[in-house]
Amino acid sequence: MFRPIADIKPGPSLGFTFDGSPMTARAGDTVAAALLANGIQACRQTPVSGAARGPYCMMGVCFDCLVVIDGVGNRQGCLVPLREGMRIETQAGRRHPDGGQS
Amino acid sequence: MIAINAIDQLAEPYDIAIVGAGPAGLAAAARAAELGLSVLLADENPAPGGQIYRAVTTTPVAKRDVLGEDYWKGGALVERLTKTTASYAPGCTVWSVAPDEEGGFELGLSLGGRARLISAGQIILATGAQERPFPIPGWTLPGVMTAGAAQIALKSSGLVPSGRTVIAGCGPLLYLLAGQLAAAGADIVAVLDTTPRRNWLSALPALPDFLRSPYLAKGLKLMAAARGKLSFRTGVTALAAQGADKVTGVTVTRGGKTETIACDALLLHHGVIPGINLSNAAGCAQHFDTVQHCWTPTVDDWFASSIPGIAIAGDGAGIGGAESAALRGEIAALDAVRRLGHLTEGQRDSHAAPARAELARSLRGRRFLDLLYRPAETFLAPPANETIICRCEEVTAGQIRDTASRLGVTGPNQMKAFLRCGMGPCQGRLCGPTVVELIAQVHGVSPADTGYYRLRPPVKPITLAELAALPPSEAAVKAVVR
Repeated sequence: MFRPIADIKPGPSLGFTFDGSPMTARAGDTVAAALLANGIQACRQTPVSGAARGPYCMMGVCFDCLVVIDGVGNRQGCLVPLREGMRIETQAGRRHPDGGQS
Repeated sequence: MIAINAIDQLAEPYDIAIVGAGPAGLAAAARAAELGLSVLLADENPAPGGQIYRAVTTTPVAKRDVLGEDYWKGGALVERLTKTTASYAPGCTVWSVAPDEEGGFELGLSLGGRARLISAGQIILATGAQERPFPIPGWTLPGVMTAGAAQIALKSSGLVPSGRTVIAGCGPLLYLLAGQLAAAGADIVAVLDTTPRRNWLSALPALPDFLRSPYLAKGLKLMAAARGKLSFRTGVTALAAQGADKVTGVTVTRGGKTETIACDALLLHHGVIPGINLSNAAGCAQHFDTVQHCWTPTVDDWFASSIPGIAIAGDGAGIGGAESAALRGEIAALDAVRRLGHLTEGQRDSHAAPARAELARSLRGRRFLDLLYRPAETFLAPPANETIICRCEEVTAGQIRDTASRLGVTGPNQMKAFLRCGMGPCQGRLCGPTVVELIAQVHGVSPADTGYYRLRPPVKPITLAELAALPPSEAAVKAVVR
């Protein structure tokens, strides 16, 4: 989890939702940074084992911050600037075509 | 500078297309534009600066000394570009570079969810560096990040880890980050230094150069700042992140003894290596650099790759740091301008002379750092079988070793076919070096003999809708219409 430094430059904030919960973050944050600032560490599950993952590199290399943004999956949260009203969701991992549960 | 915010604003063809707006890309774009050429600078990030000067024009960190004076030097590079006629496209991903039929190149770009193919006469790849993979048990747990990731959160968003933070690894950037985070008020409970003591032996012959280099003063200052305030533990030989669904601690082995330190964030760093995905996919030759211990595109004195017309500038062609990256960008740009016929060889050489002299100075002492901070074998090729190596496909060290020895797999491309390592969305960026290392170890050969992944465009995932919406070229239509 992350928190703003003490003497951060003041700036406007933006509202968004993560898995339906309303949150706010600083304008200028990427989606991944906004989630970290709101105490969200895990934002996806892996497609192989279903393990929880969260942002790892923050620079577009690792693809561990993949999220669903406004209904579009596989977005790299660390490269997408946060916008007002964004609907961000956990990216579901392992699929169960046979109808089983993880 | 012309800001490109939508893909249809691109006015092709460009004389020179540059990929990456870190120090190398910024300097190359500015230099080429100042000489009157049409330049496109495409960058994946929302703001210029690359990683080292990340968010230098937009950072919410108000106190200058938190990030240090070197960071703010990036502002001048951005300002120089702003005064030129170069086009700068932030948030723009270059997913393909290939020769076209007219002797130039075709680039595949995506911006704002739309793709386009554009043409350029010369290409300069300034894709920079990425963190060297640091595979330990538990490194995939949420709360474990690269040190660079924490630095990016600080630079671009003014964020620091909020709980007990442990920093582990080695190298100048680790000490820089420890100092920056401490200055920004983070609670750093331990700095775990993995520098192998015997590295001093191999690094010692390079010490005299280091002592005369600009690195020395900077390094001493960093160490003094970090060591004064923080709890350093040296001689760390093994690490494991603990936790069920997020990191709750780190197990440390040093001097044969093991202890667990409770933490809420674990930041890992074992130096940086060139980001080679785009140059590799474009077909540029690469080699294994035994000093920096990483795959590196092969370039000449003008940073030209094995493909005429594609140059690779900055840390993407070997780690040299921010200052050298800008100089290498400058030199690569001059040669690109010469190739396009706008400078003679003599003009190019005389323009490049001051940058060359500076470059030699800026790289002095680098070898010492490379040798001293080369990670130990046990971190390059993790001994614990359960350690995940390919984070995307969750392939472990044990599986890779087993497949290499029992099935006689001799290279990473064959390994892909058996285990899918390197076939997830990161396209081998986080597993490639380790997979090579493990195969090399099993067969008792060098990483150079083992080879690296053959990568293919698109080097970043793009949607089928983006591809399908591309206007078909005449050649593409002919290929499928009978």
